Amino acid sequence: MTDRSADILPVNQSIGGVSDQLTGIPLHFPAERRWLIAMLFASLLLLLFLVSVVELFTRGVGIWGINIPVNWAFAIHNYVWWLGIGHAGTLISALLLLTQSEWRNSLNRFAETMTLFAVVCAGIYPVLHLGRPWYLYWMFPYPATMEVWPQFRSPLEWDIWAVLTYLTVSLAFWYTGLIPDLAAARDRATKRGWQIFFGITSLGWRGSAAHWLRWSQAYRLTAGLAVPLVVSVHSEVSLLFAAGQIPGWHSTIFPPYFVLGAAFSGFAVVSIIAISLRSWFGLNNLVTDDHLDLLGMVLLATGLMTAYGYVFEVFDALYSGDAHELQTLTDRLTGAYAWTYWGAIAFNFIPLQALWWRSVRRTGWSLMLISIAVAIGMWLERYMILVTSLYRDFLVSSWSKFTPTFWDWSTYFGTIGLFLVPFLIAIRVIPLISIFETEELLHAEEEETHG
Amino acid sequence: MADHAYGMLAEFDSPETLKTAVRKAREAGYRRLDAFTPFPVEGLERLLRLPRPNISWVGLIGGLVGGSVALLMQCYVNYDFPINVGGRPLYAISAFAVVMFELTILFSALSMIGVMLWQNGLPRLNHPLFGARRFHLASKDRFFLCIGAADGEFDEDRTSTFLRQVGASSVELVPR
Repeated sequence: MTDRSADILPVNQSIGGVSDQLTGIPLHFPAERRWLIAMLFASLLLLLFLVSVVELFTRGVGIWGINIPVNWAFAIHNYVWWLGIGHAGTLISALLLLTQSEWRNSLNRFAETMTLFAVVCAGIYPVLHLGRPWYLYWMFPYPATMEVWPQFRSPLEWDIWAVLTYLTVSLAFWYTGLIPDLAAARDRATKRGWQIFFGITSLGWRGSAAHWLRWSQAYRLTAGLAVPLVVSVHSEVSLLFAAGQIPGWHSTIFPPYFVLGAAFSGFAVVSIIAISLRSWFGLNNLVTDDHLDLLGMVLLATGLMTAYGYVFEVFDALYSGDAHELQTLTDRLTGAYAWTYWGAIAFNFIPLQALWWRSVRRTGWSLMLISIAVAIGMWLERYMILVTSLYRDFLVSSWSKFTPTFWDWSTYFGTIGLFLVPFLIAIRVIPLISIFETEELLHAEEEETHG
Repeated sequence: MADHAYGMLAEFDSPETLKTAVRKAREAGYRRLDAFTPFPVEGLERLLRLPRPNISWVGLIGGLVGGSVALLMQCYVNYDFPINVGGRPLYAISAFAVVMFELTILFSALSMIGVMLWQNGLPRLNHPLFGARRFHLASKDRFFLCIGAADGEFDEDRTSTFLRQVGASSVELVPR
C-alpha cells in the first residue's frame, strides 16, 4: 500500500493552508444553513426517540411487537446493526494506523466520531429492552443487600462489559488523537469563547518533542489494543446468539460471520459520511477520489467475505443434518420471512458487484447508493437472523409471528436522530479531519517529490 | 541572569532546518533543549537524546492487573453466590475469558493514556511558552527550538546570536 499512499493527497497544497482550512471549519463554520436544516431534521428524529422512550417507560415493552417466542426483535436486531456500524470506525483508525496505510488520515476522525455515537445508539437498546430499565445497575457486581451477584457464566452479562469497555476505549482513543488538533484550533481561535473551549479541551498541549514521543507510543499501543477489542466485542455479541440452543443460532460460524458483517456495514456508513462531508465542506482536496476508490475496494472485500459467511451458514445447516436446523433453513429461504433473507442478499450483494469497476468506486453518488443499499441489506440480515430463528423453534405449540408495531419503528428511526444530533454537533465544534496527521503526510509527500 | 527568563525560543521553517539546529546546539554544548512541532518529526528524539518512553511497560502492567481483577472478581462472585447450572463447573474459566479479555484491554488502554498525560505534565492551563509572540504557529507550520535558561551555557546575547547563526527565522526571549 506504500506506493499508492505516496501520493494520496495532492501535493500542491501547503501545510499551513490545510491547517487553516481544517481549523476554519469549526471556527468559521462554512455551511451554516445546510447544517441548520440537517440539525432540524435530526432533532425531529431525536424528539421522536424521546417520545417513544417515554411511551415505552410508561407502558412497558408490550408496546413493541415482541412476544413469546419472538422475545428478541427490533431491540437486539438494531443493537447488533448499530454496533456493527461502529466497528468500522475503530478498524479504519486503529488497524490502518498499524499497517501504516496513510490514506486513513483523511477518514479516521469522523469515522471514530461515528463509532462513538453508533455505540451509544447500540448500547441504549438492551437498556430499553430490559423492561424495567431502572434495574440496570443489577448488571454490575456490587455488594447488594439481597446478597446476590450477577451471573458471569451468561453471555448476557458479558455483553455489558464488552460494550462499556468498547465505548470507554473508543472515547479515550478518539480523544487522545484529538488533543493535538484541539491545540491547533486553540491557536487559530480569535473569539474568546472558542479560545476558552479549545484551551481547556486541548489540555495545554504544546507539541513538545518529548510529549510527541510518549503520545505516539501510547496512541499506537492503544490502536494495537483496539483491533482485537473490535473482534472480541462483536464475537461476544454473536455469542449472545450462538451460546443459545435455538436452531439457526447455535453455530460456530457466528463470531467471524458477525465481525465481517459488522465491518461490511460499517465501511458502507463510513463511505456515506465521507461522501456527504466532502461535498458539504468542499474537502475534495483531502478526501480524494483515491480515498473513495480504496473505500470501495474495502467494501467489496468485506462484502465478499460476508457472502462467504452466508454460504457457510447454509452449508452448516445442511452438514449438521439436524431436523430443526434444516427446518429453520427452509423457513429462511421460503417461510413467512423469506423476504428478509432474499432482501438481504439482494441489497447486500447485487449492487455491490458494480464496485468491481474502478469508475463506479471513484464516483461519489454511485458509491453512495451502493453503501445505502448495504446499510439496508445488513439491517435486513440482522432482522432475518433474529426473527426467522425465533418464530419457529423446537415445539410447534410455541410457534408464533412477529410484526413490528408503530413504536418499534419510531424507536428505530429515533435512534437515527440520537446518532445524528451529537454527530452534527461534533462536526460543528471539532476538526473533523485529523490536522496533524494530514500535515505529516503532506510533509512526507513533499519530501518525496523534492528530495 | 537566568532568573527572569524561561528560555530562548527560535523559529524554523522546516523540520530539516530544525534538526540541523538541534545538532549544532548539541555540539555547541547546550543540553536543556526542547523542540516544538506541529506533528511528530522522525529522528528528532535521537538528536535531542530523549529517553525511550516506558508507556509499553505501563500498558503491560495495566493489562495484567485488569485481567487479574476480572478473574478474581468472577471467581469470588461464583464462590459467594454459587448457582448450579446443570452441573456445570462454578469456576468456568472459558466463560470468564470474555470479561477477562475486556478488562485487560480497558485497564491497559486507560493506564497508558493516563500515564502518558501524567508524564507529559498535562493537563495544565498555562505555560511560559504560550506567552511567546509567535509560538501559536507551533501547531500550524513552524518548528521551534527552545534553549532553557537553566542551561549552563545559556547567555541571552550569545544564545540569541547562536540561534540566528544556525538559521532561525526569528528568535525571542521567553519570560518565565
